[in-house]
Amino acid sequence: MTTYIIRRLIQSLFVLLIVTIIVFLAMRLLPGDPILMMVTADALKEASEEHIAALRHEFGLDKPLFVQYANWLSGAVRGDLGKSILHGDSVTTEIVRRIPITFHLGAVAFLMSILIGIPAGIISAVRRGGWLDTGVTLLANLGITVPIFWLGILLVYLFALYLRWLPTFGYTSPFDNFWLSTRQVLMPIFCLSVFAIASGARQTRSSMLEVIQQDYIRTAWSKGLKERAVIFRHALKNALIPVVTLKGMTVSNIFGGSVLIETVFNIPGMGRLAVDGVVSQDYAIVQGVILVVATAVMLANLVVDLSYGWLDPRIRYG
Amino acid sequence: MSEENTLRTDLTEISPRVNEFRRFFRVFFSRGVVIFGMIVILALIITAILAPLIAPYNPYKPDFSQALLQPSKEHLLGTDALGRDTLSRIIFGTRTSLMIGVVAITIAALIGMTMGLIAGYFGGWMYAIIMRFIDAIMSFPMILLAMVIAALLGGGLRNVMIALGIALIPGYCRLMCGQVLSIKENDYVLAARTIGGNNFRIMIRHVVPNCLPPLIVLITMMMGMTILAEAGLSFLGVGIEAPGAAWGAMVNDGYLYLLTHPILSFAPGFAIMLVVFAFNMVGDGLRDALDPRLRGTL
Repeated sequence: MTTYIIRRLIQSLFVLLIVTIIVFLAMRLLPGDPILMMVTADALKEASEEHIAALRHEFGLDKPLFVQYANWLSGAVRGDLGKSILHGDSVTTEIVRRIPITFHLGAVAFLMSILIGIPAGIISAVRRGGWLDTGVTLLANLGITVPIFWLGILLVYLFALYLRWLPTFGYTSPFDNFWLSTRQVLMPIFCLSVFAIASGARQTRSSMLEVIQQDYIRTAWSKGLKERAVIFRHALKNALIPVVTLKGMTVSNIFGGSVLIETVFNIPGMGRLAVDGVVSQDYAIVQGVILVVATAVMLANLVVDLSYGWLDPRIRYG
Repeated sequence: MSEENTLRTDLTEISPRVNEFRRFFRVFFSRGVVIFGMIVILALIITAILAPLIAPYNPYKPDFSQALLQPSKEHLLGTDALGRDTLSRIIFGTRTSLMIGVVAITIAALIGMTMGLIAGYFGGWMYAIIMRFIDAIMSFPMILLAMVIAALLGGGLRNVMIALGIALIPGYCRLMCGQVLSIKENDYVLAARTIGGNNFRIMIRHVVPNCLPPLIVLITMMMGMTILAEAGLSFLGVGIEAPGAAWGAMVNDGYLYLLTHPILSFAPGFAIMLVVFAFNMVGDGLRDALDPRLRGTL
C-alpha cells in the first residue's frame, strides 16, 4: 500500500508539472503580445520603443522561454499568479475571494450526487424491471441529457418569475444571511447536481447489476444471508469501485457546470470569473483559474485512487 | 432456457454470421427508447440536409416589423428580437450541431485512437508519457478547456470544432489503449509476428480492427455529449458568429425575454435535449447489442 501511495503521489506531481507546462504554453500561443496588450490597456501612456522594452524586461519576457516558465512556476507555487491585465488586481486575491462561492455550490451538489445518486442506483438494480427501476432509469437518462443552463432557465421561469418563490439570481454568503443564501443557491445547486446524480445512478445501477451476477453473491445468498447483508456487505463494496472512479470525474464536471450555472444565475464564482476572463481576453485571470481548477481536480482524482486501496484489497496488498 | 440454447447452437453451426447479425438487431431494437432515438437521429439528419426546403422563413434575415411575435399560425414558435422565425432558426441549428459534433468527434477519435494505439502497443516510456499527458488534459473540466482553447484560437465555428476535438481526446485514447493492451496479448498477434510482420502491419491489420467495437459505441455516446458541450459553449457566447443559428446561443438570446417570450429559450433547449437524448439512447442500445460486457465501463 505504501509503495502504491508513493508511486501515485509521484505520478500526480508529474501530471501537475505537465498541467503547468500546458497552461504556460497555451498562454504563450496567444496571438497577441501580452506587453502590447498591457500598454494598449494603459491607453493614456505614450508607449515608446524603449518603454515597451523596459516593460518587457521588467516582466522578464525578454528571457528564454524556459526561464520564463521557471519564473512563472516559482511564482505560482508561492501563490503569485500575476496581475489581471485589465484592472491590475492580483489574480490570486480575486481567485481566493471566489473559491468559497464555487466551493459552496459545488460541495453541496457533490454531496447530493452521493446521497441521491448512489442509493437510487442501488434500488434500481436490486428491483430490476420494477416500476421503481423504470422510473429511476428514465430520470437518470433525462438527467445526463438535459442542458443544465437550459434547465436553470426553466427553473428561473417556473420558481422565480411564475411562482415567485425564489430569487431570480445572485449570491449571498450563508454567513451573512443564511436564509436568503439558501433560497438563492437552491436552483443553482439543483442544476449543478443533476448530471452528477444521474450519471452516478446509472453507473451504480450497471455495476451493481454486474456484481449481482457473480458467483460470490450466489454463495452469499445460498449461505442464507439476509438481503441487506448480501447487498451492502458483499455486492455494494465491489460495485462501488467504478462509481468512485466516476466521482473523481464528477468533481471535474461540477467545475465545468459551474462555468455555465454561474453565468445563468449571475453568481460571482470561479466559473463566472473564467467566462469573464475569456470574454474580456484577460488571460492572466484565465490562466490562474484553469491552473487552480486543474489542481483541484487532480487532487480529487488522487483521493479517488487512494480510496481504491480501501475498496480493493488487491491494490492494498499488491 | 435450455431449448433456446440448443436452438442457438444449431444456428451457429449452420451460419454463424447471420445469427450474429440477427442477435445484434434483436437486442438493438428490443427497447422502445432506442427505436425512438434512431427515428430522432434520422429526422435530425434529414432536417439538416433539407433545412432550406423545410424552413418556412430565412433564419438569418432580420425583419424588425415582425420582432418578438408570440407563436401563431404564421410563426409556429414566434419570432426573436430581430424578427427572425424561431422555428426556422431551430431547423438551421441542426446543421451547426451536427457539423460540430461530427467534425469534433472525428478529430478527437483520430488523434485519441492513434495516441492510445501507440501507448498501448509500445508500452514502456511511450505509455507513461502519453498517459500522463492524457491525465493532465483530463484534469481540466471539458467545457472549461474547450472554452479556453476556442478563445485562444480566436473563436469562430472552426475553432470551436478544434477545441472540442482536443478536449475529447482523453476518452478515446484511454479506451483504445486499454483495448490494445488486452488484444496484443492474443495468439494471432504472436502468429503475425512469427511470420515476420512488422509493427506497423500488425497494428493496422490485426490490432486496430479488433479494437473497434467499443470505440464505435463510444463515438455514438460521445455524439450526445459533444452536442451538449457545443450548446454550452454557444450559450456562453464562444463560437458561433452573429447571424448563424446555434441552439445554445438561441437559449441565451431568449433568456433576456424570458418573462414575456419564454418560448424563445424553451424551444431551442428542448431541441438540444431531444437530440442528445436520442444519441445517448442509441449509444446505450449499440453498447448492449455489440458488447454487453461494456455496460458500466462506457
